[in-house]
Amino acid sequence: MKCNDEIVDLMHEYLDEEIDPKNEMILREHLKGCKECETLFNEYKKTIAVVKGTSRMQAPPDFTAKVMASLPKEKKKVGMQRWLRNHPLIAAASLFLVLMTGSVFSTWNQEREFSVSKQDNLVVQNDTVIVPEGEVVKGDVIVRNGKLKIEGEVQGNVTVINGEQYLASAGHVTGQIEEVNAVFDWIWYHMKKTAFDVIDIFNESEK
Amino acid sequence: MDALIKKRIKQVIKGDQDAFADIVEIYSNSIYQLGYRMLGNRHEAEDIAQEAFIRAYVNIKSFNQDLKFSTWLFRIATNLCIDRIRKKKPDYYLDAEVSGTDGLTMYSQLSSNAPLPETELESLELQESVQKEILKLPEKYRSVIVLKYIEELSLNEISEILDLPLGTVKTRIHRGREALRQQLRYV
Ligand SMILES: [Zn+2]
Repeated sequence: MKCNDEIVDLMHEYLDEEIDPKNEMILREHLKGCKECETLFNEYKKTIAVVKGTSRMQAPPDFTAKVMASLPKEKKKVGMQRWLRNHPLIAAASLFLVLMTGSVFSTWNQEREFSVSKQDNLVVQNDTVIVPEGEVVKGDVIVRNGKLKIEGEVQGNVTVINGEQYLASAGHVTGQIEEVNAVFDWIWYHMKKTAFDVIDIFNESEK
Repeated sequence: MDALIKKRIKQVIKGDQDAFADIVEIYSNSIYQLGYRMLGNRHEAEDIAQEAFIRAYVNIKSFNQDLKFSTWLFRIATNLCIDRIRKKKPDYYLDAEVSGTDGLTMYSQLSSNAPLPETELESLELQESVQKEILKLPEKYRSVIVLKYIEELSLNEISEILDLPLGTVKTRIHRGREALRQQLRYV
């Protein structure tokens, strides 16, 4: 014969470790006098013990490496799309300001000269700028119309406009790395610069 | 560890992809384990675990840093498992473990503090019946049982992971426990 459900409920409360002392007394008293409930209770406890006792599986040894290798490379365009999506108002305002000033296209065409930000320990070979191994370059590095090789450390952001950058495995950049290569990127670059100027205005309304 | 995780998450959000490796390393076994117990074979377990980490990476900016990261990660992984179970043909996963090579790999994997061969064999058989019975549970009971007794999470955490009221989680655990008891009481 089945005992009433209340006792079974108390068993579950006990197994969930949520039983209060008074109910625990009631349960224990009942189990002493009722073989059937005692058996049921022991079966529950045994079931839990065998489930808990299953051996712990380990992920394959190369698991982390595989995950890291399959992470999407954060592409500039993806970053831009996300940024635009998250900040539509700022984006619109910046685009407006950028186009209003009208200087973007002309500066893109004018600034074809090789140039680099001024840091003493940057080495320049032809159109290639090198952050030498073991050197720490402080501040943002900006290279226009040239290549940048980073073998040492840059403590700041790196921007390469109309060129390319190469980060050696030993090289390190504490800030963001950005390449600006097409007119569209160029507009984008200006928009972001403008955006950061106007962000303060919008911060309040965004929250 | 929570502090380390928090720090790594901040680094990943800033664009430091490498910082994600530590996060994967710390949780890989438990997420893999979840997949194995939910889906019943190593191949799918690895697959689902990988996907869970990739999704976590891609969506990391939407993670609320005031909450527990493991809860969020378990939510992603559990949902992936449940989706996969729902898409499966119902007879496929029942066969997967019984017939296959998985038993052998599990056998070879058993603990290094070598018990007597006979005990080991018995324990292997027991392991297999437990795994088989877990896999027979309908997905809504299976997930709470695995989270509670394999991952050893609290009822509150499980309720957050599954986005279910605490009462529902308890009911499911009780029913899951009852179903398992009926199958496992004589093992
Ligand atoms: Zn009774």
